[in-house]
Amino acid sequence: MNANLSPNTSNGYNLPMGVTDISHEIYDLHMFVFWICVGIAVVVFGAMIFSLIKFRKSQGAIADTSMVHSTKAEVIWTAIPVIILVFMAVPAAETILKMEDTRNSELSIRVTGYQWKWQYQYMNDATGIDYFSTLAQDSNFARQLHSGIDPKSVPNYLLSVDKPMVVPSGTKVRLLLTSMDVIHAWWIPDFGAKRDAIPGFINELWFKVTPGKEGIYRGQCAALCGRDHGFMPIVVDVRTPEDFKKWVEEQKAAQQPPSTPAVAPATSPAAEPVHIARLN
Amino acid sequence: MANAHEIAHDDHHDQPATGIKRWLFATNHKDIGTMYLVFSLIMFFVGGAMAMVIRAELFQPGLQLVDPVLFNQMTTNHALVMIFGAVMPAFVGLANWMIPLQVGAPDMALPRMNNFSFWLLPFAFTILLSTFFVPGGAVAGGWTMYPPLVLQTGDSFPMLIFAVHLMGVSSIMGAINVIVTIMNMRTPGMTLLKMPIFCWTWLITAYLLIAVMPVLAGAVTMLLMDHFFKTSFFNAAGGGDPLMFEHVFWFFGHPEVYIMILPAFGIVSEIIPTFARKPLFGATSMIYATASIGFLSFIVWGHHMFADGMPMAAQLFFMMSTMLIAVPTGVKVFNWTATLWRGSLSFEPPMLFAIGFLFMFTIGGFSGVMLAIVPADFQYQNSYFVVAHFHYVLVPGAVFAIMGAVYYWLPKWTGNMYNLTLAKTHFWLSTIFVNVLFFPQHFLGLAGMPRRVPDYAVQFSDWNMVSSIGGFGFGLVQILFAIAVIQCIRGGKKASAQVWDGARPIGLEWTIPSPAPYHSFTTPPVLDAAEAPHS
Repeated sequence: MNANLSPNTSNGYNLPMGVTDISHEIYDLHMFVFWICVGIAVVVFGAMIFSLIKFRKSQGAIADTSMVHSTKAEVIWTAIPVIILVFMAVPAAETILKMEDTRNSELSIRVTGYQWKWQYQYMNDATGIDYFSTLAQDSNFARQLHSGIDPKSVPNYLLSVDKPMVVPSGTKVRLLLTSMDVIHAWWIPDFGAKRDAIPGFINELWFKVTPGKEGIYRGQCAALCGRDHGFMPIVVDVRTPEDFKKWVEEQKAAQQPPSTPAVAPATSPAAEPVHIARLN
Repeated sequence: MANAHEIAHDDHHDQPATGIKRWLFATNHKDIGTMYLVFSLIMFFVGGAMAMVIRAELFQPGLQLVDPVLFNQMTTNHALVMIFGAVMPAFVGLANWMIPLQVGAPDMALPRMNNFSFWLLPFAFTILLSTFFVPGGAVAGGWTMYPPLVLQTGDSFPMLIFAVHLMGVSSIMGAINVIVTIMNMRTPGMTLLKMPIFCWTWLITAYLLIAVMPVLAGAVTMLLMDHFFKTSFFNAAGGGDPLMFEHVFWFFGHPEVYIMILPAFGIVSEIIPTFARKPLFGATSMIYATASIGFLSFIVWGHHMFADGMPMAAQLFFMMSTMLIAVPTGVKVFNWTATLWRGSLSFEPPMLFAIGFLFMFTIGGFSGVMLAIVPADFQYQNSYFVVAHFHYVLVPGAVFAIMGAVYYWLPKWTGNMYNLTLAKTHFWLSTIFVNVLFFPQHFLGLAGMPRRVPDYAVQFSDWNMVSSIGGFGFGLVQILFAIAVIQCIRGGKKASAQVWDGARPIGLEWTIPSPAPYHSFTTPPVLDAAEAPHS
């Protein structure tokens, strides 16, 4: 597999290590639990395979029919898993506490899911920036039934958009997720960030990309949302805070003439019916 | 039931009625069990054909065969057919055949209700599958039926709801029958703890069914009201709550998962001691473990919804309760392993399937523990990792157990031994292909491929192609199963009453001749110590 094609820091068969502290913690947790499972598998499958080889009737094995019960063994193999689970649960709980702490964010973006695109509305210093992000044209042509276009010839097939979300690195970015129609889910594997966008709810999610890891990060909608569920990618363009500031200025300048209708369909943010706030 | 009198009359004959009447008016547990099993096999192939369409479209990136809407119809109906049409009816069929034979009862306690609960199913699935031909097409919102998406379904929407209601009614009646039979019709001397373990797992399953099928019925009825009567149970704009549906659905859905695996535990616990020639290790703790899993299944539903945005306390609670399930499940796996230990093993087809279950169900168990870890679950949720996980517990788990059960009891049902070489070939090819099919899906999920997509980015191509090849292979190999079963029904070497001479089959079902006579245990059998599986 061509590493350049990879939409994330995954090696093609494992979780991506990612570019945020949280994604690193998730990766470590994942590997920790994975290796514990491998360890248990070696013991349990080892015992099974040993039995299958050693205690064959064809090898003259005679069944020990008196072996029916052992309280001692059963207490041991009830207690040991409990202890192992506690060891898994403690670090997991610590990470949950961090993931749920959305305080002190420096930039908030309202993310609204539609069938089948995303709307990004910036707040804080970038208030006023508001646009839609849809599947890039070349992918859209190629993905039509019998299009005859080889997906391999399309750069970032199904994982590129017309206008990505732009965020600064080293900044705690908080997303406020909701939806205008059905349930969607916003997912960037490299940020260790996935959360549902549900009509009538505002879900919170935060990420902070490690400085120096600026670049393009890609993901997809992760909740079945109808016909084009597979065709509403999420792309985040992470820039340095200085470049981000420049981008904000450009966007604001561009918006001075009466707002560009090119990106916005009929729904205006004013018609937004969301009023139920989620409590954490 | 205008013919009730006639049926009652027929029932007193020793021989079954002839022709179609035997099946339409069946009150005999063996006939009804057979119908359930045949129905389940047909649905297994129908759902399998849908899976073939899915894997064919996913063979390479780009859309070659089906439109995204048809693809979503395939995934949705594949799940509904396999869960409600293949796996659940197969277990009910096995219960019908085996519970009366195992507890020494002449029939199920409520034979006419038994007939009704079976005959609802062909109608339910006719309705469900005919939605492919109505305006708007078949249901495409996922078997989980989440609103608001499912409310966008066309004319098939009320048909879906009605079909689900029929399936639910059928399951509840089947469960009532199992409970009443087990509670009232055990032969004298068979105390609950002396009852075969398959009956035990089914007893617990039946209670789960009665507890949760009405919850599903309630949830889908609320959907129906939202769609047609302008209520707002799940409509945010009207003050409703779309998340509420997910809570209610998964309160049904998680116990449902165990409904599809507990009887499989029972089957494996019957087969392994037979071919290890040694009693089930820790039989009583097996029963307690099953009951614990049953109880825990009611308090873990939230783990399907971690990414929905949940209060932190709820995340912690559902993570811990989910992890706890690993403890009784672990006890079961350890006890099966201990049953193998110092046994005298032989590898007839049922044993092969039971051992396959043991290994591959455990792999599904490991990925289950990983999925319980909330922070990591944010990455796994709705990715192919989840698809790999639940197919490991359902296919080489539940389906392998069902096939093992068929290979175990088929000679008892038909009086003939099937082609052992064919059955072993079926096992080995199935085992190879099922791993080629589902193992790479772990990699796809971890690398970031979402589930329920008809097309994917090109870096997912290689593993998808491998998985599809495994899928076609697995699908084709199941024809061997159908051949083995049909051949066995039509003839073959005669099986003895014990069937597995030389092994250690224990239980009342092996005391009657093969094939099992149309009416068995018309007087309660005497339970001698050797027939009590764990005294």
